[in-house]
Amino acid sequence: MSENKIRVLVAKPGLDGHDRGAKVIARALRDAGMEVIYTGLRQTPEMIAEAALQEDVDAVGLSILSGAHMALVPRVIDLLRKNGQDKVRVFLGGIIPDEDAPKLQELGVAGIYGPGSPTQKIIEDIRNSVRQAA
Amino acid sequence: MDLSQSVLQGDRLALARLLTEIENDSAAGQQALNELFKHTGKAHLVGITGAPGTGKSSLVNQLALHFRKPNDGKPARWVAVVAVDPTSPFTGGAVLGDRVRMRELSGDDGVFIRSMATRGSLGGLAAATAGLVQALDAAGYEMIFIETVGAGQTEVDIAKLAHTTLVVNVPGLGDDVQAIKAGILEIADILVLNKADRPGVEAAERALLGMLKLGHPTKRAVFHHGQTMTAEVAEAKLSASDDWIPPIRRTVATEGKGIPELAEAIAGHRLHLEKTGGWKLRDRARLESEVENLLEQTLMTRWREKVNGKKYDSVLQELLERKLSPRQAVIGLLDGAMQ
Repeated sequence: MSENKIRVLVAKPGLDGHDRGAKVIARALRDAGMEVIYTGLRQTPEMIAEAALQEDVDAVGLSILSGAHMALVPRVIDLLRKNGQDKVRVFLGGIIPDEDAPKLQELGVAGIYGPGSPTQKIIEDIRNSVRQAA
Repeated sequence: MDLSQSVLQGDRLALARLLTEIENDSAAGQQALNELFKHTGKAHLVGITGAPGTGKSSLVNQLALHFRKPNDGKPARWVAVVAVDPTSPFTGGAVLGDRVRMRELSGDDGVFIRSMATRGSLGGLAAATAGLVQALDAAGYEMIFIETVGAGQTEVDIAKLAHTTLVVNVPGLGDDVQAIKAGILEIADILVLNKADRPGVEAAERALLGMLKLGHPTKRAVFHHGQTMTAEVAEAKLSASDDWIPPIRRTVATEGKGIPELAEAIAGHRLHLEKTGGWKLRDRARLESEVENLLEQTLMTRWREKVNGKKYDSVLQELLERKLSPRQAVIGLLDGAMQ
């Protein structure tokens, strides 16, 4: 048996309706050999945490373009921990102002990626991070 | 804490972890399945198959909602969903997107949804699907919906796993010649004509009805000692009135239309199986086919452990030089492993 597959949940919390970025990431992670559970638009933090639990994922990728990240991301992380999923790594993509990054990282976000981030970098970060958590 | 004990006590995180262990075929997963097996056999396993884009996920969503809140006074059931999507043969990765259609099931503790990738299996399911279903059965889920990959004409493994198989069709997919071909339509216990608000629904229903009328009463192939035979032999003592003729149900899954009638047909099929002994027969066929598969895998693994690498290379060389035929090579390799 080779190394176990990395399972990643890709979700779009909040109300903005643009999921092209999330789909690009889902496709890139698929092409990197990961199993991507794609949940679609307008997910609540509760829905994301529930899906992450049922699917027993190694990482969660959140795409947020609406500016609501400071409300949504802490809630997702909180729920994951409440469910006992402390090892699940959280990655964030979208429009995230630089000044918010330190606070988010402090909360436990493992990586933040703005427009134009190379997908190869994201793939490597997820691989390394999941390996460390294991 | 012991994984199987936690699962039996209703720990959802433990269940999710166990499903991962089973998918990865780990020693922990195998051991837990051994312990849990005596708690299985209670759930009604319902398969949903059909071409890509026919609305399988949306139907599963609606059926799960229905069985959580039946409007006919029956008690709510615990519902699990196993949704299978294909693994890329080139990269080994997969996008599992069936949950997109199941968002309404979120927030209900009586529902458990798990997506899985085929990881190289070709019959429409993954190798570990049967194991996942057993774990969910043992965990107390009463209705387990198993959604196959978008299936063509030969992905019929679901018929061996499920008690009740739904084959989903939509208007405009093919004429009555498609309908009499062997394959996916003949595994149907219930035919679903989804997207029934689209043009061409009458023609599609006629083609399906025509197929059913041409057909002979249900004879299901079962595996017995590795050979395919029809269940007719085992069912010979049943009278003709016990035959099940697959009903056709029209649905519009996105609007929830036709769902109560479809749910009724599913319950009706279960009653039929219980009345005619088909339930036990299918249970037996399923477990026998599972044992055969495991036996094949295990024999192969054991042989690989025993075979001498040098011997393997030398046989391969003789094969390339045309000194041995492939069949002779196999006999030579088996002898080598027995020494």
